[in-house]
Amino acid sequence: MSLISIRNVSKSFDKLEVLKGISFDVEEGEVVCLIGPSGSGKSTLLRCINMLETIDDGEIEVMGENIHHLRDINHYRQRVGMVFQQFNLFNNMNTLDNCMLAQLKVLKRNKEEAKRIAIENLNKVGLGDFIYALPSTLSGGQKQRVAIARALCMDPEILLFDEPTSALDPEMVGEVLNVMKQLAKAGLTMMVVTHEMGFAKDVASKVVFMDDGVVCEEGTPEEIFNHPKSDRTKTFLSRVINRN
Amino acid sequence: MSLIKCWEIFIKFLPSFLLGVRTTLLVALIGTICGLLLGLLVGGLKAMKTDVNAPFAVKLIKKAYDLLATVYIEVFRGTPMMVQAVFIYYLVYSNIFKWDKLVAALFILSINTGAYMSEIIRGGIQSVDKGQTEAARALGLSNWQTMMNVILPQAIKNCFPAIGNEFVVNIKDSSVLMIISITELMFQSKSVAGTTYRFTETYFVTACIYLFMTTITSIILRMIEKKMNNANISIPQSQTVPAVMNLSTQKEVEHVAD
Repeated sequence: MSLISIRNVSKSFDKLEVLKGISFDVEEGEVVCLIGPSGSGKSTLLRCINMLETIDDGEIEVMGENIHHLRDINHYRQRVGMVFQQFNLFNNMNTLDNCMLAQLKVLKRNKEEAKRIAIENLNKVGLGDFIYALPSTLSGGQKQRVAIARALCMDPEILLFDEPTSALDPEMVGEVLNVMKQLAKAGLTMMVVTHEMGFAKDVASKVVFMDDGVVCEEGTPEEIFNHPKSDRTKTFLSRVINRN
Repeated sequence: MSLIKCWEIFIKFLPSFLLGVRTTLLVALIGTICGLLLGLLVGGLKAMKTDVNAPFAVKLIKKAYDLLATVYIEVFRGTPMMVQAVFIYYLVYSNIFKWDKLVAALFILSINTGAYMSEIIRGGIQSVDKGQTEAARALGLSNWQTMMNVILPQAIKNCFPAIGNEFVVNIKDSSVLMIISITELMFQSKSVAGTTYRFTETYFVTACIYLFMTTITSIILRMIEKKMNNANISIPQSQTVPAVMNLSTQKEVEHVAD
């Protein structure tokens, strides 16, 4: 059974059809990279999986459960972590509290345990020295790494990344991608919307190319990047690669 | 009008004025605090959105609540407090129970301030970036937990100047409560003026006392505000441009360097 199975998912914002019957699966331990031009619905799909948006039609099953029949979405969300483009660290708390809040309130861990886990994960992303820093004093790359640590503290079964490096200065992209590579190596299931083709090539176990609300092509990085079948994939890749 | 006469009146009737100041400050302070609590409740609930998958009944209750809250806010912001004061005071006094004037004054000022505070708080909540809510919800926090732990602390900080402003306004506007014979500063001044027959001088003194109170309050509020902001130093940073764009400009720079 797939960890996530997406079947014929459609979603519209008013008259704008963003997703037009998307289907694919994510297996446990896989790193799936969603690539495609802006406005192709990648982020929307990711947000639908975390129920930040509701789908109009189709089914999303996570661990065999149809998520739209869930009674308790908060319980579901703690198992599906999300990392945002704009980091979204809680501005009123320091790094440590950012990582502890949901552990205390949602997982009901005690303070010592939450603190231990938070520090453990902050060390993992290389920010063990910044536990009392406020978000406003951190660089973009540091903020995003805190956001990743915050998501990891919940022991998610899958982590969703919504363009995690798109709001970063070029020199900070590397540090965030390195953390993500480590996580992939450790066997965490991840779904990554990204414009970093290098990352997709190196780390992904599967690449899904989306355009205009449909999946044009999916396959291994080798298949997508070196032997793309669809014309749209070819055009997109040639444009992206030329630019870089 | 002579300033000497003003000074004489001020000294002679100091106990009366001080009694008035005491009541004014008491009513304004308690009224503002109660109004703030009321505003947090009303405005906070109004700004909250129901979950997408919430039961229909919950959504319906929320709709009804929103309507009720809007009516409350519009009625109390849209009518003069003086009218509210006499209406509510006599309505309760002659129909329900014979309540204390001071209690009545506090009640009226609180619900009046509450209406303004609701809108201030709602504005403050809406000024907090939507991403904060999304991040909190994505971690599994409930609507309520998100509001209490993440959104409200930031919202209150954002609208602290407006909240403080309400307090200053209340110091002045509590003067209309003399209509129900509260012995606040305006009421005391009226009786002083009645005794001395020196209207200009007496009300000049009154104006000075009000100005003194509001100025001191403003200074204190500004100090608190500064302290709040100091706790969270933000280093000026440029907004980062998308990495792709930045790469291309970097290449151009390199070309120039070549």
